[in-house]
Parts: sequence; C-alpha cells; structure tokens
Amino acid sequence: MSTPAHCAPLIRLLDVAKTYKAGDVQVRAVRGVTLDIHRGEFLAIMGASGSGKSTLMNILGCLDRPTSGSYELDGAPVAGLHRQELAALRNRKLGFVFQSFNLLARTSALENVELPMFYNHPLVSLRERRRRAAQALERVGLGNRLGHHPSQLSGGQQQRIAIARALVNQPEVVLADEPTGNLDSRTGIEIMGLFQELNDAGITLVMVTHELDIAAYCKRTVVLRDGQVISDRQTEKRPSAVQELAAMEQAQQRADLA
Amino acid sequence: MLRPLLTALIALRALRRNKLRSSLTALGIIIGVASVIAMIAVGNGAQARIESQVAALGRNLLAVFAGSRRSGGVSSGLGSASTITLADAEAIAREVTDVVAMSPEVSSSAQAIANGHNWQTSILGESPDYLKIRDWKLAAGAMFNERDVRGAAKVAIIGSKTAHELFGPLDPVGQTVRVKNIPFVIIGLLESKGAGLGGQNQDDRILIPYTTAMKRLTGDRYLRSVNVQVVSAARMEAAQQQITSLLRQRHRLAPERDDDFDIFNQKEIADTVGSISKVITALLGAIAGISLLVGGIGIMNIMLVSVTERTREIGIRIAVGARPGDIRLQFLIEAITLSLFGGLIGALAGVGASRLVDVLADFKAIVSTGSILLAFAVSSAIGIFFGFYPASKAAALDPIEALRYE
Repeated sequence: MSTPAHCAPLIRLLDVAKTYKAGDVQVRAVRGVTLDIHRGEFLAIMGASGSGKSTLMNILGCLDRPTSGSYELDGAPVAGLHRQELAALRNRKLGFVFQSFNLLARTSALENVELPMFYNHPLVSLRERRRRAAQALERVGLGNRLGHHPSQLSGGQQQRIAIARALVNQPEVVLADEPTGNLDSRTGIEIMGLFQELNDAGITLVMVTHELDIAAYCKRTVVLRDGQVISDRQTEKRPSAVQELAAMEQAQQRADLA
Repeated sequence: MLRPLLTALIALRALRRNKLRSSLTALGIIIGVASVIAMIAVGNGAQARIESQVAALGRNLLAVFAGSRRSGGVSSGLGSASTITLADAEAIAREVTDVVAMSPEVSSSAQAIANGHNWQTSILGESPDYLKIRDWKLAAGAMFNERDVRGAAKVAIIGSKTAHELFGPLDPVGQTVRVKNIPFVIIGLLESKGAGLGGQNQDDRILIPYTTAMKRLTGDRYLRSVNVQVVSAARMEAAQQQITSLLRQRHRLAPERDDDFDIFNQKEIADTVGSISKVITALLGAIAGISLLVGGIGIMNIMLVSVTERTREIGIRIAVGARPGDIRLQFLIEAITLSLFGGLIGALAGVGASRLVDVLADFKAIVSTGSILLAFAVSSAIGIFFGFYPASKAAALDPIEALRYE
C-alpha cells in the first residue's frame, strides 16, 4: 500500500441508500452507507434481520441498484450500467456463495462449477472449462468428488462446490450471504477455515452473518442497524479455524478415551 | 465453439435432467405431426384411388343415355326411355368429327348357363370399339369384329367374374354359354377391372355384338346408350355440344323442350370427384393440424411450468453472469428441441401409421414429402412461437426474487 494506485479501494460505497416500495409503505432498507473495501480484506457484515445487510449484499453483488449514492467496483462506477454489463461484472469480478448453496440438482459437481464459464466472453473451450472446474474443486478439497451430484454430498461438501463455483472465474471478490447458516457449527468452522485459507492466498471476501463467533474469523467487522453502519472495526486476536478444529479433535479423542 | 451451440448444450442438459417430462411434452407434437402426415397420406390415397376408378371408365369417354321414361310422374332412370336409335348412334359417329370411336350399347340382365352352372349376369351388346373406348384389354382370346356385328354372330366375350362363376379354373375361351337358350361361343376373356365408381362389379358381364343383342335377345330397336370416345380431353366439351345439337335436331325437339337424352362426361366427373377429394384431404389435414396446435400449446404449458419450477436455477444462472439473452435463448432452444424432436419421431410414426393403413384398408396411403416437410416446418414454428413467451418470462425474472424462490 505504498502508492495511491494500490490504495484505491476495490469497493467504494458512498452514501448508498435503497428504498423499497412494499405496497403503500416506503421501506428504507439502506440509509446512507459509506464503506471502502480493499483488496485482500476479509469483511463480515453483521446485523439483526431487517438491518439491511442482505439489501447491501445484493447491491454489492450488482443484483440490485441503489436508489441513491454511488458504488464503484474496481475503480469504475456501477450506476448506469445496463443489465448486460452488470451480468458481465457478476461473471468476471464477483463470486457468489449462498446460505442454501444454490447448486443445480441432478447435475454433477464438475458441471455445477463449470456454470459461470458458460457465460464468459470470450468463450472458454470445453477442455479449459473442465480443467479449471476440476482445479477449483481441488482447491476446496473436493478433487475426488467431481462426478457426484449435490444430493449425494453433505451440506459442507455442497457449500464447498458452491465456493469452487464462486472461485472458478478468478473474481476480484467473493460475496458470501450467510454461508454457514445452513450448516452445523463444526462444518461452519470448517467452511470458515477454507475462507481463511483462501483469504491468506490473497482472495478478497465479504460475508454477511448474524453469528458473532462466525464473524470472529473475519479480519474486519461492520455492524449495521436500521440500514446504517453503527460500528466498523478490525478483529483483534482473530482465531485460526484450522487450529480450533484440531483442538476440538483432540478434546473429542480425550473424551472418547475417558 | 459458437455461443448458440453452447446454449444448445445447456438446453439439452436441462431437458436430459427431466427425461420423462421432456418426452411427454414431445408426445403432443409427435401425435400432431404423425396425424397430419397420416391423414394427408390417407386423403391422397383415397383421392388416387377414386381417380383411378374414374380413369377405369375409359379414355375421354362420353356416354349418351336415352332419357328417363316417365309414367305418371315416376321416373324409371336413365336409359329406360326409347329415344336413341341405332341411326342416331351412326349419325354421331359420322357427323361429330371429334368422335374417334363409337359403341352402341344394348343391355339386359339374363341367366347364363354353361358347364352345368347357371349365373345371373348382365348381357351387353356392344361394337368392337368398346374395348378401346373403355380402355380395356382381353386376358385371352380375341374381340369380335365388324363381320361378327354385320352377321349378328353368336359369339361372346366373358368377364373374369362371370367366367369364374361358370367355369371355375377352366379356360372359358372356346366354351359355349347359353343365354335365353341361345348358345354363344366364348371367343375372349376380359381382364379383371375390379369395382367401378358405383361399387358394382365390372367383371360380371358378357359382351356380345350389339346386332346380336338387338335381334336375338331384346328384340328392341332402341339403344340404352351410345359410348363415344373423343379425340382428346380438350375436345370433350365441344364434342358434347355437337352431339347435343345433333340429337336435338334428329329428334326434332322444339327449343323450349328439354333434351330427351343425357350425356355423361367423364372429364366432368373426374373434375368433380377430384375437387371433392381435395376438399376431403384438406379437411383431414386441418383436423390433424388442430392436434398439432394442441401439442404446441402443451409445449407452452410445460415450458411455463418449467420456468416457474426452475426459477431458482434461473436466478443462479443470472447471478453467475448469464445475460437475459442467454436465458431466453436457452428456454427457446429447449422448446424448439422438444418440438423438432417431436416432429422427427412424429414423422416416423406418421409414415408407420400410413403403412398400417395400407395393410388394413384396401387402398394405398400415399405419404408425400411435402406433408413431411410441412409438418417439420410447422412443428419448429410452434416451438419458436409457443416457446417465446415462457422464454421471455424467464429472461425477465428478477435475480433476487428468483434466488429467494422456494
């Protein structure tokens, strides 16, 4: 972070607001959020339900447009882009991980991970698609499950497929919406371990969660209330998910022996 | 790889994931296309058969019938009145230039006895030109000639059905058949011609010289009809008019009086029959076309269900960067694939059904390449037309709503 070019944030939100119309009522889901996210960050967005964190996530993911304020992704303003251009942004610069995995049923892990590459411009050859999808699955530890269908895999494994799918186009940032929400706590920690590993390898991550102990694995936590940022701070004494899992393993073994 | 090909691959994968539903959807189109092809084939076959029956009447045939006899308001049918004489027939042959062959016809029904069997059949008095006019051939023997006519010879040509009834497997040529106690020597056997237009068996008859018939059987001076062959199809109308005016003149009919004869024009019959059978074919095709339309609506229905059911899939695709055009194209290709696949199977089924008609019915269904191409064009058009609305609906989905869809 020596030169200004490096200091330019990957994501810059300036006074972003979003107002919905639910019938006759105006719902101000997000009310003026200003936020910079730099490359290499691992950010948790926290808040109670109705705090506007999902709306903010949709705006970050170019799935929704702010009513006012500006959003710059990788130095370029997003407002005013067409549906086509937003699709291209999602395809090249963003990776999505959802709470409910959102994999295609009756479709192999490999084909699920290939999906974003179908919409690349220019096209990726079949062999290159296969290679990159296999590589991404390898990276999330599912190199031996390429042909499995989601229904044949555990929740943790399904979420790993989804993470591989988010990574396959080498995005600038991976956006995860409650990625551990449908998983038991142990599997949740495993997923956080994978995120920490990816972040250590230089991948920028933004995740929404309402669980404090999950947010603790992130480098920075932003808390929203009523559509506004009420707290933004770096995590001190961040735990390593891998070490915690090892500790849990040992405790389990001791309990078994006793 | 080209992008549409890739989209086609995606669409095919989606169809493959739902094999049962895909094939049931295609079934509507399969039935539609198959019935269009089969119905048109049946219509064409029926048309060809009727046309061949009309052609079997003869070549450029005009038949001049004596008018119907009326007594007390009861009409006894064509040929029953005594209005046409042999002199009339000879005048037609002599004076109407377009007439190339003429056969006066006298008919009666009588018991024929031969070989220990007897059989009720129709006895026709004709001239040697009869075979030429009716475009008929002999299977064996020879036709009687002008000398037989002049001498009112007791010779006969026998129809194949009559021959079979009287002689069984024996060769009838050279045998004797007795009609009203008069022995006739059989000198020829007619080729089999099958059922005529009215359904009567044309092979059940005995031909003898008209002079013989008039002198020895009916004792009548009048003819039932005169069969005439015209030089060409184009001259039929003119010949008919000339014969009409000639006969009116000969019968001294005042202008206000109706003709006392009727002329049967083969070309007119052929034209009428032809246009009727075309209408029938079109009607059959239209009915089948409706089932094709229903099949198309079935595709739209299933595609709409499919779009709703796969809302989440669409949301995922949009989230990972699919453009609205990509989604629309995918669903459009799914619909077109279903309809083309249905069209292909339907064409095969249609041809198969037509073959089945060949076996079950007594005429050949004629499958035309035109109807196959038409069915294909229509089924792909149906795919595009009925696929477009669901595809546009899919492309217009809001990704946030779609991803949240349960």
